[in-house]
Amino acid sequence: MADKALFEFLTRIGDTTLVLGHRVSEWCGHAPALEEDIALANTALDLIGHTRMWLSRAGEVEGKGRTEDDLAFLREAHEFRNYLLVERPNEDFAVTITRQFLFDAWHRLMLISLQESSDQRVSEIAEKASKEVAYHVERSTDLVVRLGDGTEESHRRMQHAVDILWPYTGELFTDDETDRELSDRGIIPLPSSLEGEWKTHVDGVLSAATLVRPEREYAHKGGKAGVHTEHLGFLLAEMQVTHRAHPGATW
Amino acid sequence: MYAQLVKTDEKRLKSLGEMDPQERAFQGRIDRGEKIEPKEWMPEGYRKTLIRQISQHAHSEIVGQLPEGNWITRAPTLERKAILLAKVQDEAGHGLYLYCAAETLGISRDEMFEQLHSGRAKYSSIFNYPTLSWADIGAIGWLVDGAAIMNQVPLQRCSFGPYSRAMIRICKEESFHQRQGFDIMMKLCKGTEAQQKMAQDALERWWWPSLMMFGPADGDSVHSAQSMAWKIKQDTNDELRQKFVDQTVPQADFLDLKVPDPDLKWNQERGSYDFGEPDWDEFFQVISGNGPCNEERLGARVKAWDDGAWVREGLMAHARKHARRTTLAAAE
Repeated sequence: MADKALFEFLTRIGDTTLVLGHRVSEWCGHAPALEEDIALANTALDLIGHTRMWLSRAGEVEGKGRTEDDLAFLREAHEFRNYLLVERPNEDFAVTITRQFLFDAWHRLMLISLQESSDQRVSEIAEKASKEVAYHVERSTDLVVRLGDGTEESHRRMQHAVDILWPYTGELFTDDETDRELSDRGIIPLPSSLEGEWKTHVDGVLSAATLVRPEREYAHKGGKAGVHTEHLGFLLAEMQVTHRAHPGATW
Repeated sequence: MYAQLVKTDEKRLKSLGEMDPQERAFQGRIDRGEKIEPKEWMPEGYRKTLIRQISQHAHSEIVGQLPEGNWITRAPTLERKAILLAKVQDEAGHGLYLYCAAETLGISRDEMFEQLHSGRAKYSSIFNYPTLSWADIGAIGWLVDGAAIMNQVPLQRCSFGPYSRAMIRICKEESFHQRQGFDIMMKLCKGTEAQQKMAQDALERWWWPSLMMFGPADGDSVHSAQSMAWKIKQDTNDELRQKFVDQTVPQADFLDLKVPDPDLKWNQERGSYDFGEPDWDEFFQVISGNGPCNEERLGARVKAWDDGAWVREGLMAHARKHARRTTLAAAE
């Protein structure tokens, strides 16, 4: 019988890397410097690579013969399980890098923990992805510090980015029934267990960047349950258009 | 590739007898196949021509991210999306090596960007055409990268060391790009009727602009003759174009696609294809800014540069602060 909870988790993480990979790839050719064009394309490529592993595995676990592409291109927005943080629009480089930093800091901790998973395939994918994500954290951390503590304008933009994205970070640490079940089975850590270490890392970096963590503790939620922001529908319309226009075609 | 119509500043080719001893010695080194390195003496014309050619080439790589980037978010499968991302990332990497190679000649990357953004520097005409369907991504890999390889393989033997070495690296990646393009076309041609139509339509739109990538016939061009004497250029535009047609037509046949040229036919005597003349008026229009996408392409690059100014300034300001703090800490 299909492991519903595990399928749910695999789509949560796979959809999250897919949607973020898509957002980052929107920068292609439009970055502030050539080195950033290369780094952003590289980050997007890593995230799409992770997506392929997570969603292929999700399809296998589900046992209905769905492939990575069926899951990526043929589901509706309400079937997507990504965190709201990653569907936030790019806006400017400050929002893009801050979103990446807040996510990378979580992603690294999640993958470290998943390497100890009782599910062998989950642990293998986490180990593979960890190597790339270690670099993502290093890069986004470095940029947050340099731009936070740069000019008056770069500081202002970075603080604005932290302020508007902060309410989307709480969702990364909420536990639901699926999380509790999978955590009891030793497959994933309880999301709430990652919060302390994440905050320590984020606080340290924000402080080095002369940025202030917002007081507001309110958290937007819904992504994990398929209730998204208005932005996801447009993102999927673009992402899925070619695939859906040619049902059954191979590429 | 990607450098068309590179001027040399020379009014006519000098004979060895007319050269001063330094120039003659330089030409002797070129003729013996020696590589010229950045710190060595070179005629001013050689330096300027190389800067023009290498920067045109670099700009083409950078602007070239845009038409392909246009389809990353709409790629039909995750695997195709990943391959296209890797390819576009390579193009940006090529731009980076090439700007570095040009910098060894005494121009900064910022100056080259300024020339691009103000419209003084050119980039390949091909990137001013729109990518309208997924098949265009296949056609670009197959035809545009195919033409690029044709141009770049001889440039691996260019007399200027840094350019020649950059080309060796770039050519390896370009052949992977061409294969992925051909692979996209193959899948489309074996696919549904709509996919086959998409492939044929892409070939029809990209065929002539690809032939124009080699530039117009050299004729009696002083610039070409001088570039060839300096071994910055090895083959004439027409020789390369012929080679490209001869290589590509059998591939189109294999794909069961029709090349949109009524004059195309095999010439048994020459052992080559005869083919029609590209529309050079269109070429000169595109080169001088009137192609279908010139404004969008250049506009996108200028906007990226202007919008990114605060990022570059922020990073510089941080570096200065950091250096000052390090100096202060060392003084204590």
